[in-house]
Amino acid sequence: MADMPYQFPDAGGHFGPYGGVFVAETLMPALAELREAYAACQADPAFMAEFEYELKHYVGRPSPIYHARRWSETLGGAQIYLKREDLNHTGAHKVNNCIGQALLARRMGKPRVIAETGAGQHGVATATVAARYGMECVIYMGVEDVKRQAANVYRMKLLGATVVPVDSGSKTLKDAMNEAMRDWVTNVADTFYIIGTVAGPHPYPLLVRDFQTVIGRECLVQMPELTGRQPDYVIACVGGGSNAMGIFHPYLDTEDVRLIGVEAAGEGLDTGRHAAPLTANARPGVLHGNRTYLMQDEDGQIVETHSISAGLDYPGVGPEHAWLKDSKRAEYVAATDAEALQAFHDLCRYEGIIPALESSHALAHAARLAPTLPRDKILLVNLSGRGDKDMHTVAERSGIQF
Amino acid sequence: MSRIQTVFQRLQADGRKALIPFITAGFPEPALTLPLMHALVEGGADVIELGVPFSDPMADGPTIQRASECALAQGMSLRKLLGIVRSFRAEDDDTPVVLMGYANPIEAMGTDAFVAEARAAGVDGVLVVDYPPEECVSFARAAKAAGLDPIFLLAPTSTEQRFADVAAAGSGYIYYVSLKGVTGSGKLDINEVARRIPRIRAAVGMPVGVGFGIRDAESARRIGAVADAVVIGSRVIEEIEQSPRDEAAARVTAFMRGIREALDAIEPATGVKS
Repeated sequence: MADMPYQFPDAGGHFGPYGGVFVAETLMPALAELREAYAACQADPAFMAEFEYELKHYVGRPSPIYHARRWSETLGGAQIYLKREDLNHTGAHKVNNCIGQALLARRMGKPRVIAETGAGQHGVATATVAARYGMECVIYMGVEDVKRQAANVYRMKLLGATVVPVDSGSKTLKDAMNEAMRDWVTNVADTFYIIGTVAGPHPYPLLVRDFQTVIGRECLVQMPELTGRQPDYVIACVGGGSNAMGIFHPYLDTEDVRLIGVEAAGEGLDTGRHAAPLTANARPGVLHGNRTYLMQDEDGQIVETHSISAGLDYPGVGPEHAWLKDSKRAEYVAATDAEALQAFHDLCRYEGIIPALESSHALAHAARLAPTLPRDKILLVNLSGRGDKDMHTVAERSGIQF
Repeated sequence: MSRIQTVFQRLQADGRKALIPFITAGFPEPALTLPLMHALVEGGADVIELGVPFSDPMADGPTIQRASECALAQGMSLRKLLGIVRSFRAEDDDTPVVLMGYANPIEAMGTDAFVAEARAAGVDGVLVVDYPPEECVSFARAAKAAGLDPIFLLAPTSTEQRFADVAAAGSGYIYYVSLKGVTGSGKLDINEVARRIPRIRAAVGMPVGVGFGIRDAESARRIGAVADAVVIGSRVIEEIEQSPRDEAAARVTAFMRGIREALDAIEPATGVKS
């Protein structure tokens, strides 16, 4: 096993016991069509060339890696390097995947794209590429999130998207995903569902991962240029887990690089108010088209999660992360709201970078780990997004009203 | 012979169509589910589909979503639902009961435990919306072995290959989703259904029920003319929603009778022989 190259998922979209295609029959042919179209694109150099062109000229890739010298000095241990996905157009890694899927939609002749969004980042990225390629765009967003993220709702509207508030269930990300699935079932002939993370039915976990691996592939080249070698640790936050899969995947076969995913411990793992199914060893189950670790009650009902970061506030996790946990190729830990906020403020003050609250969870673990390691160790943290969208949340925590 | 097979054979011999209502267990309150099941039978139900409420019913429209949320808020669970079926079975040994729901509550109970407990309670079939045949090979086999018919969906988008997959994995009947959409939508294309059903029936060798979008006697009559069974869900739930609690059972019986009469008025000759 150890010297076998990593080859997941299998043809049915399974990562060990996880993943798969758990959807109603109506969607099965649409997913088969998507798998075929994606396979054809992968084999088509023109498709991949256009994807890369867009990443370079529209997104601004490659994103740099930055040595956070002052923060590392302050922490007094390992050196922390940041992969600057926050510098992408639209301010996060989400756009990489949206461009890939929009190109796929265009090739499949689907003029309408839909998406779910929590914090609004994936919604903004989807609305952005829909404007870029002249597609009709509908974004589903929980009523609670619409309230919390008014600025992003306005951004999406500016970009020409229709934002549909979702009033069912917990009125957050998972319910927005349910509603997007319902739209897709109804309008499957002309509609492409742009899922924002490495979850959902096969082939989504595969294709989102593939479009996001540009992050890790750049790191494989940039780290030796910058430091003469690969990092000792790669650290990324995990909600659904797309930025983490994007940076982890190219490192999977480099076994001396340790991969650490950081989930949202919310108010603390022992309070039950968190969004850390892997770290808390939640029972695996089936939701949103795949089998994975799930936050659920004894009767199999999905429970409400909590995180200060809307982008991590999701009861499941991408099935490949479930598999990487079981196979022990990656480790999963969690950071609380308070730890993430501390890291958020530290990065602002020591490095002049305002990180997204999601990415602040990865930073929080780096801040715990770095002081325990010698100065010559290297931590590479995926700074998956910028924090401008979080001003309101952070200010509110500090008792400030705009 | 299973209860489901017995019902379809009897109906076929009589030249009649099966009427299959759906209600969500625990809606509008857990204590009403058992009387509502009896009320459905009194109104002419041949099979009862009992919805297992789930927090994230992705294939359902607003009506059944609301019913599920309401049932869960009152503590409805798969275990409690099986208790209701047991009580129903003690009083009605003939009407088949099919559970319809999503995979996660069943997996939380454990698939083997579910099959055993459902069978012991008197459940006859199970339709798991997010278990396509390829993801539930061992579950479908275990269910069949225990005498629990695994019932699968086919859709307007389904290919001939999928007819064959579903025929191999399923038993009892096939549930044809008559439109692209969620439960309770209004875009039923009866000509499309009429065109597809004979081919599906020939391919699967089982009775074919049609549901999603059937709302009244007229649409039931037109679907019944081509299908072996008519499934009505959201419209029954709406009838319950709109009734005072103490009148819900009587209103449901009256609504069902209207559909029953429409189905029984279908000339046997206009139905397609299976």
